[in-house]
Amino acid sequence: MSDTVIRIRNLHKRFGDLHVVKGVDLDIQRGERIAIIGASGSGKSTILRCLNFMELPTEGTIELDGKVLGRDARTNGGGARVYAEAELCDVRARVGMVFQQFNLFPHMTVLENVMEGPITVKRRPRDAARSHAAEQLAKVGLQDKLDVYPAKLSGGQQQRVAIARALAMDPEVLLFDEPTSSLDPELVGEVLRVIHALAEEGRTMLLVTHELGFAYHFADRVVFIADGVVHESGTADEVLKNPKRERTQAFLARFVERAF
Amino acid sequence: MDYTWDFRVVVDGFPLLLRGVVVTVELWVVAFTIGLLLGFAISLARIAQRPWLNMPAIGFVEVFRNTPVLIQLIWFYYAFPIVLGQQLTPFVAAVLALTLNTAAYCAEIFRGGIVSIERGQWEGAKAIGMTRSMTMRRIVVPQVMKRMLPAFTNRGIELAKVTSLASLLAVNELMYQGRLLSSTYYRPLEILTAVALVYLVLIYPGSYLSARLERRLAARD
Repeated sequence: MSDTVIRIRNLHKRFGDLHVVKGVDLDIQRGERIAIIGASGSGKSTILRCLNFMELPTEGTIELDGKVLGRDARTNGGGARVYAEAELCDVRARVGMVFQQFNLFPHMTVLENVMEGPITVKRRPRDAARSHAAEQLAKVGLQDKLDVYPAKLSGGQQQRVAIARALAMDPEVLLFDEPTSSLDPELVGEVLRVIHALAEEGRTMLLVTHELGFAYHFADRVVFIADGVVHESGTADEVLKNPKRERTQAFLARFVERAF
Repeated sequence: MDYTWDFRVVVDGFPLLLRGVVVTVELWVVAFTIGLLLGFAISLARIAQRPWLNMPAIGFVEVFRNTPVLIQLIWFYYAFPIVLGQQLTPFVAAVLALTLNTAAYCAEIFRGGIVSIERGQWEGAKAIGMTRSMTMRRIVVPQVMKRMLPAFTNRGIELAKVTSLASLLAVNELMYQGRLLSSTYYRPLEILTAVALVYLVLIYPGSYLSARLERRLAARD
């Protein structure tokens, strides 16, 4: 029996005249770990950002736990759907996201950053939110930084706070949008170790990354995006070791050249 | 120059000046409080996408920023009642003019502040399920206030001094009482010097406290 958390059908995203995502279908099973790879500008981040509606799809449907989100604007069924803010906020509370740029709140301490969602969005009592937030921070190894402001932390530590902030919402799905791309090389490891530990817990995770080595160990499934569509998809071995399609091979080859 | 200063008139007139201080403080508190709130609302309208919201806001700000406060005061006392069909007391007319003028300046300060908050802050808040209004209240405004504190301090100081123009509408605030005393005792130099000192004593603690608050907030980063 398959347990699909997210089902994407015919996803399109246009920014003005720019057609970035051109019809993506993807089913995400509960507990599945998916790595999304592809060249810059291929549309991989945009696809991820549509899953928690940081970007509103121009066309197509996204289904969460069997429920198609938004409502039809037109009778013929095509085009953009209409989404109510309340529904989008609910989805975003259930689908967590970690950004390349951390996006921590600089006027709040580490602990306050992590407590903010549970308190304001989930209306949790303060004490419960505090201990829950402290647990998440312990999980990412920052139990001794609770009262520090983000500006005092290294990039790797900031990104771990951002991960704890997403975890504090108890999300069903976690999205990582190039979480290590803005980090100094020596800080990448600590963040990847945290992501790996989360993967071991059996969480449903999608990761957009350029760290192909990590993607190989992390992912149940690797999805290669090119020109706004899923170009090749399969297990890490299938896509990264034995890619069938020329475009995937070329992308991987270029990567190896660049890495050495 | 032989002028014999005689500050006894100041001592005699001091109770009257203090009554003026009360009215000055009232003008300031009302105009600044409502001006801040109204200014915030106008700044939201100003950054809205919809033209029917942002066009009136832009018009309001430009009219009040680009005309003399003195004319605004006179206009609200003499012209506005004709439009309204209802006479206003000098105090109410002064409050109206000063509040709207302050709102226009505060709207621009808020707008500048809100726009200066990086998109990532909105995204970070959005990603944990916060609504736009939650984000405004919990994430944007607290950071804006900190950045805007110097600008609001300036505005507050400016307003405290501009309240003196209300004396022209015969609002019995500090400046009005000073002028009244001057014409009664024919000692304008002593009295205006004293009035200036009273303004200094009134305003300086505010700017001192604001500077301290600024340093304390800056120490957090």
